[in-house]
Amino acid sequence: MSSLSGQRSRFGERILNGLFFSCASISVLTTVVVISILAYETYGFFVEVSIIEFLFGTKWTPLLQPKSYGILPLLSGTLLIVVGSSLVALPVGVAVGVYLSEYASERVRSIVKPVLEVLAGIPTVVYGFFALTFVTPALQAVLSSTHVFNAASAAIVVGIMVLPMVASLCDDALRSVPDSLREGAYSLGATSFEVTVRVVLPAALSGIFAAFVLAISRAIGETMAVTLAAGATPNLTLNPLESIQTMTAYIVQVSLGDTPSGTLTYKTLFAVASVLFTLTLCLNLLANAVMRRYQETYE
Amino acid sequence: MNVDLNEKSSEQNNVTSDKPKILDIRDVSIAYGGELAVRNVTLPIFEKSITAIIGPSGCGKSTLLRSLNRMNDFIENVDQTGVISLKGDDLYGADTDPVEVRLKIGMVFQKPNPFPKSIYRNIAWGPTINGMEGDIEERVLTALKQSALWDEVKDRLQDSALNLSGGQQQRLCIARALAMEPEIILMDEPCSALDPVSTSRIEDLLFELKEKYTIVIVTHNMQQAARVSEYTAFLENGVLVEFGDTDQVFTRPANQRTEEYVTGRFG
Amino acid sequence: MISANLRRRHLIASLFRWSCIAVTGVAVAILCVLIYQVTTVGMPWLDLQFLDSFPSRFPEKAGIKSALYGTIWLVGLTALFAIPTGVLAAIYLEEYAPNNRFTRFIDINIANLAGVPSIVYGILGLALFVRFFHLERSVVSGALTMSLLILPVIVIASKEAIRAVPQSLRQAAFAVGATRWQVTRAHVLPSAIPGILTGVILALSRAIGETAPLIMIGALTYIAFVPEGPMDEFTALPIQIFNWTARPQQEFHELASAGIIVLLVVLLLMNSVAVYIRFRGSRREK
Repeated sequence: MSSLSGQRSRFGERILNGLFFSCASISVLTTVVVISILAYETYGFFVEVSIIEFLFGTKWTPLLQPKSYGILPLLSGTLLIVVGSSLVALPVGVAVGVYLSEYASERVRSIVKPVLEVLAGIPTVVYGFFALTFVTPALQAVLSSTHVFNAASAAIVVGIMVLPMVASLCDDALRSVPDSLREGAYSLGATSFEVTVRVVLPAALSGIFAAFVLAISRAIGETMAVTLAAGATPNLTLNPLESIQTMTAYIVQVSLGDTPSGTLTYKTLFAVASVLFTLTLCLNLLANAVMRRYQETYE
Repeated sequence: MNVDLNEKSSEQNNVTSDKPKILDIRDVSIAYGGELAVRNVTLPIFEKSITAIIGPSGCGKSTLLRSLNRMNDFIENVDQTGVISLKGDDLYGADTDPVEVRLKIGMVFQKPNPFPKSIYRNIAWGPTINGMEGDIEERVLTALKQSALWDEVKDRLQDSALNLSGGQQQRLCIARALAMEPEIILMDEPCSALDPVSTSRIEDLLFELKEKYTIVIVTHNMQQAARVSEYTAFLENGVLVEFGDTDQVFTRPANQRTEEYVTGRFG
Repeated sequence: MISANLRRRHLIASLFRWSCIAVTGVAVAILCVLIYQVTTVGMPWLDLQFLDSFPSRFPEKAGIKSALYGTIWLVGLTALFAIPTGVLAAIYLEEYAPNNRFTRFIDINIANLAGVPSIVYGILGLALFVRFFHLERSVVSGALTMSLLILPVIVIASKEAIRAVPQSLRQAAFAVGATRWQVTRAHVLPSAIPGILTGVILALSRAIGETAPLIMIGALTYIAFVPEGPMDEFTALPIQIFNWTARPQQEFHELASAGIIVLLVVLLLMNSVAVYIRFRGSRREK
């Protein structure tokens, strides 16, 4: 054996490598298990309910007689929340991001950034409480036709909830645009508005797009605020002042009762969760792919 | 501002020229966060000529150049004293608009910084936002021809400018500045990121441009300064050590330090 | 010498600038209103009796004792499961993993898991831990579910911290004949610890505030006792807040608000620790 073969630690290193590898593999295992469970139970659901009824049915009443299993009302409810919260979070988030990246001094930034982080960490149940005790009464005072449980209140609060994330990601995206571009634009006699809107924002577009996609994904998956504020009435409506039900709120509603495994109601949980998971996964994959690309552009 | 302005003013050089003075830099000092980068510089820039500013790195030559079209406005904690005037108008006067200053005094930077837009849009952008009169397309073509880029890009004006080579990008940036038809073009080491072939193309370009434009170029490359410029200013530690005809500065420098620098003994 | 065109453009520029400032100001103001609104009504209810009582049908007797203990149990066990796993996974991915497709797949997978809605983790916990492994509605079910949820957060933060350790440090250690583990333990980890700790604290604060997955695994029941072992049933602070918020009576809303104060104070403390660690870490680098 050569004097360089060394057995001092090879065995130990191999064990450690194996241990670390299994820890890293847990994440893959999680994904595999999530997908298998969702697929298995959803398959069981489709044995009893036709896929056509599920995807195109306009009534969702799995807990009432006569039962029907059309997911469209839950999707329209979710859509209302997504659109409403986007109307709040996206423009405001970009404006805050622009302020932080282009106008705020280093001092202000060093305060506002951590504050955004703290706000992003406020539990969603707190936002739900805020929606129910502040936003809904305020809406009712302005528009008397507002129901106690309504999509608008939940959407506004979800918008406020994802705002810190959007602002922070937009700020990151704008700051990744090199200063040389700003200087180039200023040297051609541009004003700060023209530099920001016509050079910096377009250059940061993919990062901002990724922020939007992640915000939408968050809004689709958001649970507590919509459960508390938007209600539990699967309405196929686009009126934000009415009570609705989102996919997530339905899942909570079922799990609040005691639902034995194997029943059709239990399986609806997984069918709805599959749709939820698929939607958010696609959005996250898209956002991550776009984000990786823009990070490569300027590094 | 705790900047010591009692430093001895740099040697006054009496350079005469038959060309009129376009830019007058008088007793200018610039400090970053209290640290003096440029000290009491007085310097004339003559119309339709090339003036080179040379000196070792960190001597304040870029800072001085950036003060000429108010690019230092974007850096926090910059203090500046003295007067810079363009044909008698104070660049830093109370009613002076920095945007207006930059319209008249353009800039080309150390590293090419084309916008992530098409070649055409890169050049058309400045005239468009400034609502310039006349045919924008005509302006773009003229600028491309002036910057000797036309033959290489005429078939792909809609391509992204980021697909050009480094040297082409820098000529695009020059074309972008030319399209504004400024009175003065400032160049901050425009060839430092380029290969020798691209460098010599840009130097050829400078010769042609000085027929129409006033150019101030910062460079650490003394051969370049000697080749292209008519006037040379030598800066050391923020102090203007010597200013004169390029021939004189390189062959019969008046100052010992200048001689040491141009003969390569330090820097 | 300023033309009308330029005057208009300057007007637009300052309008735009002030709009951004105003929007940011309004956003900050709304968030202040939010915090004020969710905390004021609960203030009068916040006393020792509130902290030391079990939930009750009578608001004046109700408290968060079981929720508080439940949360402590839950976070303790979650930390026990998730921290070692997450940090070791990060060490593998940054220090040990070969640069191949599977490693990249793990990376992308983790990034995407971080974005999976928490309620989907709840479904996973319900099907896997509660039903399949028959762990029922125990603290351990909750902690395992929560661990899977925060694992990506810990891995991503730890990876970043480990990646920030300069390569030259590793090379210097390898050059004197250290094995990979010796390099990692003696040089990489000590430098990366502040970053890892910050990430861990933020991940645990997420676990403290999450509600939906716990509801999924059935933690929303009337619990008037303190868990004494990992197999006991439990409730948690956000669950209790949800429960009170969902009731129509004003008194229970005030109780919910009092609970929110406790929750936010805990989270704020944890955040301050994280900010402090990061601040100290960044100062040492200079």
